[in-house]
Amino acid sequence: MNMNTKIYGLYGDDDELLNAVHSLSKKGVKINEVYTPFPVHGLDKALGLKKTRISDLAFIYGAYGLILMAITTWYMMNYDWPQDIGGKPSFSWAENVTAFAVPMFEMTVFFAAHFMAITYLLRSGLYPGAKTKNPDPRTTDDKFLIEIESEDVDRLRDMFIETGAEEVTVKKVQ
Amino acid sequence: MSGHYESPLREPLILGHKTYKDITEDVARPVESRAGKLWWIAFSLAMIAFIYGFGCISYTIGTGIGVWGLNRTINWAWDITNFVWWVGIGHAGTLISAVLLLFRQKWRMSINRSAEAMTIFAVVQAGLFPLIHMGRPWVGYWVFPIPNNFGSLWVNFNSPLLWDVFAIATYFSVSVVFWYMGLIPDFAMIRDRATKPVTKRIYSILAFGWGGKAKHWQRFEELSLVLAGLATPLVFSVHTTVSFDFATSVIKGWHSTIYPPYFVAGAIFSGFAMVQTLLIIARKVVGLEDYITRKHIEYMNIVILVTGGMVTVAYLTEFFVAWYSGSRYEDFTYFTVGAATGPYWWAFWLLILCNVLIPMSLWVRPLRRSFLWTFIVSIVINIGMWFERFDIIVINLSRDYLPSSWTMFMPSFVDVGIFLGTIGFFSVLYLLYARTFPVIAQAELKTILKSSGESYKKHHIEHEHDEHEH
Repeated sequence: MNMNTKIYGLYGDDDELLNAVHSLSKKGVKINEVYTPFPVHGLDKALGLKKTRISDLAFIYGAYGLILMAITTWYMMNYDWPQDIGGKPSFSWAENVTAFAVPMFEMTVFFAAHFMAITYLLRSGLYPGAKTKNPDPRTTDDKFLIEIESEDVDRLRDMFIETGAEEVTVKKVQ
Repeated sequence: MSGHYESPLREPLILGHKTYKDITEDVARPVESRAGKLWWIAFSLAMIAFIYGFGCISYTIGTGIGVWGLNRTINWAWDITNFVWWVGIGHAGTLISAVLLLFRQKWRMSINRSAEAMTIFAVVQAGLFPLIHMGRPWVGYWVFPIPNNFGSLWVNFNSPLLWDVFAIATYFSVSVVFWYMGLIPDFAMIRDRATKPVTKRIYSILAFGWGGKAKHWQRFEELSLVLAGLATPLVFSVHTTVSFDFATSVIKGWHSTIYPPYFVAGAIFSGFAMVQTLLIIARKVVGLEDYITRKHIEYMNIVILVTGGMVTVAYLTEFFVAWYSGSRYEDFTYFTVGAATGPYWWAFWLLILCNVLIPMSLWVRPLRRSFLWTFIVSIVINIGMWFERFDIIVINLSRDYLPSSWTMFMPSFVDVGIFLGTIGFFSVLYLLYARTFPVIAQAELKTILKSSGESYKKHHIEHEHDEHEH
């Protein structure tokens, strides 16, 4: 088994972190991961992360819910038991669609919201009992951590300290 | 630092010289400390009310709906009044977390968590009533379109009561998910601070392994935005659907196209009042005075004033249309001269007093910024909004088309007991929440510290002066 070296730079301020990320990527250092206690504006751009597509999926989920409920109302109200309930026309779906608008709307929202949330959890590997993902517990409080996988420890240590890191740690992992 | 610039005209939203660490400490303190005597007293009282209400519910289901004060003319009264009242209270939570997010209102951040909790606990109370007001609640599951052995006998999708099932179920579940997704980073904060193994284990499970990776935050923000975008029309649709219970009927006074927007405005009105009631207590007890400031209370009072104005306009519209319609049945709807001088005159005038007259005092700036006055007004509004629903339901039913069916309504002790029980249940849930959950969305609040924190704002203003002088 070859050993991977992970080196961590801990910062105490979000602006310093952003500057550090900028200067590190300018020097061509590949940043493995950044852990922050809150969403830092512009961090995803600085890291060159691609735009997430979960909102596109939400649209598809919503459309699915809408169609599912349209079919359900048509099948139950017009196809299976086309009864006269209070004089409402049940000859075709379109004649009585206003009554179906509410459940159709609700199911659109229901599907879009829940399946999007599930997608988010699955894609991020979040579930009850999942292993804690941040290597340092202080990063959910007030510290910001840059993680780099590299063997070039000394050069990176200098870079971290130069950009204002409070603490630099090196970890060897399999 | 330019990214944190904000107009100096804006009042700071976080008082004192806070750092990120201070926010963490302040939010975690109630969770990590032991409950005080006051909490146990409040909790015991709430529990007694809850148990009493539960007894009343059991008695109703065991004996029959006849133990309530309903009669053959007035067959909806306290049950549906309370249902609409609780659903309405829930709406402010989603408004604060979703609508204000879409409008990028920073002041929502220190109140959204509690407001969402309030939504969820209020919808739980509301959800009890559709079930327990059924004559045969044990076949309540027949409202769901489940394939079955009756030749697959389906539900009727024409009924607003079925739409309610869909609306409330969707509203509740989406609110829970929206709330929980926001809680994950905050649970992680508590997990990482926990020292006792059991606490650490519990919060580890609740935190879903959250680590605050850059990609996860990016997805998190996208998710919050889209859920807010979905929750906003949901809020409007849910209370619209609830209003359809009345508006699609043929009862005079109920059959009115103004109901959907008017109910939504009323829901936000009463919901914000409840948020005020709870937060004014919570900020003192939990020690969050620096986060839930006078400015927050004032902002919420402005929303109350706006929605209260909408409700007032709706009353006037109802009043005008009842007269303008020329229909003699409209002479005695819930908002007409007939109602004002009829047997329910007191309910009518309580409505005017509580919803129109007293909230008008919020136009006065010192009153709008007063914690004590806000607390009083918020309770008055909740009483007024209860009477609005009572008036709509009971006054309209009491004098209907046939004079031979005219009657009055008197609640029984079971009606009152169930209502008290839901208030107890709500308080039990809220009190438990306030001791175990991070009551402020600290991860979100930290994003505005540098733009809206008091000491940072001062620094910006001084810094700007320096630049101008040079």
